[in-house]
Amino acid sequence: MTYLAKPKIHHPGLPKNALGYTRRDYEGAISTLCAGCGHDSISAAIIQAFYELDVAPHRVAKLSGIGCSSKTPTYFLGNSHGFNSVHGRMPSVLTGAALANRDLIYLGVSGDGDSASIGLGQFAHVLRRNVNMVYIVENNGVYGLTKGQFSATADKGSKSKRGATNSDEPIDLVLLALALGATFVARGFSGDKTQLVPLIKAAVAHRGAAFIDVVSPCVAFNNHPGSTKSYDYVREHNEAVNRLDFMPERAPITTEYPEGAVREVVLHDGGVVRLHKLDASYDPSDKVGAMAYLEEHRARGEVVTGLLYVDADSADMHAALRTVDMPLNTLNDPDLVPGNAALAAVNASLR
Amino acid sequence: MDARVKQLSRINDFVVKFANVNGSGSASANGLFAKAILRMGVPVAARNIFPSNIQGLPTWYEVRIVEAGWRGRRGGVDLMVAMNPQTWDKDVAEIESGGYLFYDSTKPLPPSKFREDITALGVPLTAICNATYTDVRQRQLFKNIVYLGALSALLDIDPIEIERLFSEQYRGKEALLDSNRKALHLGRDHALANFACPIGLSVQRRDAVGDRIFIDGNAAAALGAVYGGATVAAWYPITPSSSLAESFAKWCRKFRTDSATGQQRYAIVQAEDELSSIGMVIGAAWNGARAFTATSGPGISLMQEFLGLAYFAEIPAVLFDVQRGSPSTGMPTRTQQADLMSCAYASHGDTKHVLLLPEDPRECFEFGALAFDLADRLQTPIFVMLDLDIGMQDWLTEPLAWDDSHRMDRGKVMTAADLDAGRDFGRYLDVDGDGIAYRTYPGTHPARGSYFTRGTTKDRYARYTEEGPAYVDNMQRLQRKFQTAKNLVPKPVVTRASQPTTAGVIWFGSTGAAMAESLAELERQDVHLDRLRIRAFPFDDAIIDFVASHEHVFVVEQNRDAQLKMLLVNECAIDPAKLTSVLHYDGTPITERFITQEIGEKARLYNVTPLTGIRYPGSGIRKTGGKAA
Repeated sequence: MTYLAKPKIHHPGLPKNALGYTRRDYEGAISTLCAGCGHDSISAAIIQAFYELDVAPHRVAKLSGIGCSSKTPTYFLGNSHGFNSVHGRMPSVLTGAALANRDLIYLGVSGDGDSASIGLGQFAHVLRRNVNMVYIVENNGVYGLTKGQFSATADKGSKSKRGATNSDEPIDLVLLALALGATFVARGFSGDKTQLVPLIKAAVAHRGAAFIDVVSPCVAFNNHPGSTKSYDYVREHNEAVNRLDFMPERAPITTEYPEGAVREVVLHDGGVVRLHKLDASYDPSDKVGAMAYLEEHRARGEVVTGLLYVDADSADMHAALRTVDMPLNTLNDPDLVPGNAALAAVNASLR
Repeated sequence: MDARVKQLSRINDFVVKFANVNGSGSASANGLFAKAILRMGVPVAARNIFPSNIQGLPTWYEVRIVEAGWRGRRGGVDLMVAMNPQTWDKDVAEIESGGYLFYDSTKPLPPSKFREDITALGVPLTAICNATYTDVRQRQLFKNIVYLGALSALLDIDPIEIERLFSEQYRGKEALLDSNRKALHLGRDHALANFACPIGLSVQRRDAVGDRIFIDGNAAAALGAVYGGATVAAWYPITPSSSLAESFAKWCRKFRTDSATGQQRYAIVQAEDELSSIGMVIGAAWNGARAFTATSGPGISLMQEFLGLAYFAEIPAVLFDVQRGSPSTGMPTRTQQADLMSCAYASHGDTKHVLLLPEDPRECFEFGALAFDLADRLQTPIFVMLDLDIGMQDWLTEPLAWDDSHRMDRGKVMTAADLDAGRDFGRYLDVDGDGIAYRTYPGTHPARGSYFTRGTTKDRYARYTEEGPAYVDNMQRLQRKFQTAKNLVPKPVVTRASQPTTAGVIWFGSTGAAMAESLAELERQDVHLDRLRIRAFPFDDAIIDFVASHEHVFVVEQNRDAQLKMLLVNECAIDPAKLTSVLHYDGTPITERFITQEIGEKARLYNVTPLTGIRYPGSGIRKTGGKAA
């Protein structure tokens, strides 16, 4: 594999966002994934979301584990620092990074092998701690880099490319995230960018652990009949509970919607998620209801997508730890070192 | 007692051992015992010997009263305070001939439970407490203070010092103060009325403690981390390192809490396991904070994969490894120095790590702070290797000191201004020839200086590559960096014997406590050894010179496999035949008697016949016949 840099020359007519960046400023190196890989669509959605959010690219830190999905941070936000860590351990590295500097935006990218198998423990605990981050799992139900073994999110009874049937129960990361106390839980589909981009934007604006499970078909090993993570299967069984718009601040509703069809969630920074309900009964503030809904639809073989749960007022890890407002990595000797006089007092107390 | 056996008679030089039941509240009384003697100006070396248990199993506290100031264990017990029926037989057997046995005489014991050659001092502790207190818990807790009072009379410890300690401990809790004072005098009065006090062992006031302090290595190392500027700590509870993380929290609450807002200039996370704790440390350090974890051998094993990443991706990280009895769960509450190899070469592939080897709590503080400067300077994990004996025991140690002009060395970090000035940034580019490249913190500059950190191979500009030459180039630079580390870590301490000799001894860490005393004893026996104490890995060239300039070198360490010797042979190209191991690894701290005997015996082997004043070619160990026992 070679490292491919994209040409840096921009068309002068490219539109710019509020910070003066073009969409190209949010891109990375050319992807080395297979043509048609769902993950590339997610990268494109990430680029689009950050461009539209007017975030300075260098204020994002992108972290990943190991696997096809974890390679993708090379392919977006080329002016951001990235960290391709250890298999299944991105959450702890991200947690440490977030502790060091609370002012950056943390984007964790992982896969189903990385998060549901080897890294299930770290997946659980990073959500419990409500680390302020966006955690995207690019979920294809299969180990791509090692050529097609089932992962822990593969549905029971689904078939591998070679024809083997999966006999183990799947781990539903969305249900698990809800049970673990994640404060923003969503599911998207790499083939539905109009739904995915606003989900990512809302997740960035959310304070606390925002988890998005993105079903992302593997064209090389899991896109055949009998797979429940193929483009065809997900398109046929996608059960979107809502569509959403994300606005940096509240804007008047100009379009007429039927009664009860629109719901607004105001996030801590003033950003607003406007949900257009596709299932009138679905309430994304009701965790128990959400879990029941997900279980019912999963039993029918449906893939529920949309913003499934949000608690906009949660206290994140820094709030729980009561850390100072200044990033810890900016503190200097006077802030940190008590000095020799204090040490003399310590000595005196130990005699 | 058998009249033919002479009662031990010693002033300020004896060993008292308390045999207790875990969870009976004895630790506090035993601590007061040691501290009262210190307040009388007489040094003590105190050690808890405790089980992996919260309540019910046997636990011991050994206090060596030693005016000469030796900090190691001597071996043997002169007075046993036998409060645990479970271990009675073993405890009684451990007393030196002519020694003393203090016990609760409420229930009569058959003569077979005693020894002819020791003096039994029975005090009806239970009866005294039952007559005085109605509350069951009080009866148990005050029994400890009653025996403390009795011992103060028997050993001539000034009760005023114990009362002062009570007042400091129970400031503002007058009721507790009075009841403790009462219990103390109950015991004291009983002993004064029933025994000729003091017995042959006694404490006499001296001025031999000076300004030294009494502190455990974990607390000192944690304070070092505060002074070293650590802001992020991630840890998973494991004996014997947990109190290091807990001490860090305590010191931070004291020194790092904003008085106006109550906000904290630090973050401590108790992780779900050691993989996560080292992951957090790596993430925080990558992002420019000073971060550490505290663990023990099993934790180091779990961190192996991440340690390879930190080495290869060049992330500063500080690890305090408080070593315990290994392998596996081993002896979790006993001491060993058995993680040298697993830390020096931690992880798969070609890796080498910097180890700091403190000998006592004072060096735990110094190295604890230094580790953060070294980690940032070298951009690699730094291991501070304590063990249970240093970490969890209170040691009498020189006062801690800090140079207020010291500023954190953040190492080679390129700033936004550097980048704007057009400086070439290659994350793995060796611009200075010392193997250390510049790094940038995430978020530094909108257009320059960002890079991708990865565990896979990369070129000098952090670009992914699978090209062999680029891989080799990077691995060779890491080797150069390790050479640079050699010049930055603490130098070994070399001391010459009082007479010229061609034999030497090498040790590190907590072994030093018993070593100092053993060397004095060996000199007395006319065995002369030059000394070298290793304080860090990679090894200084002075170590190679030391071995080269001696014909026999003893290597004293607390593990089975002679790990320090292995490292020396491997890293310094030393002929293994020159090195003779002295190994102690039963989980108890090495003693003066053990070292003296082992080296004494081996010295005799090398020395052929021990005849007065004769020097033997090829030995260099001068040995005087007759003196050596």
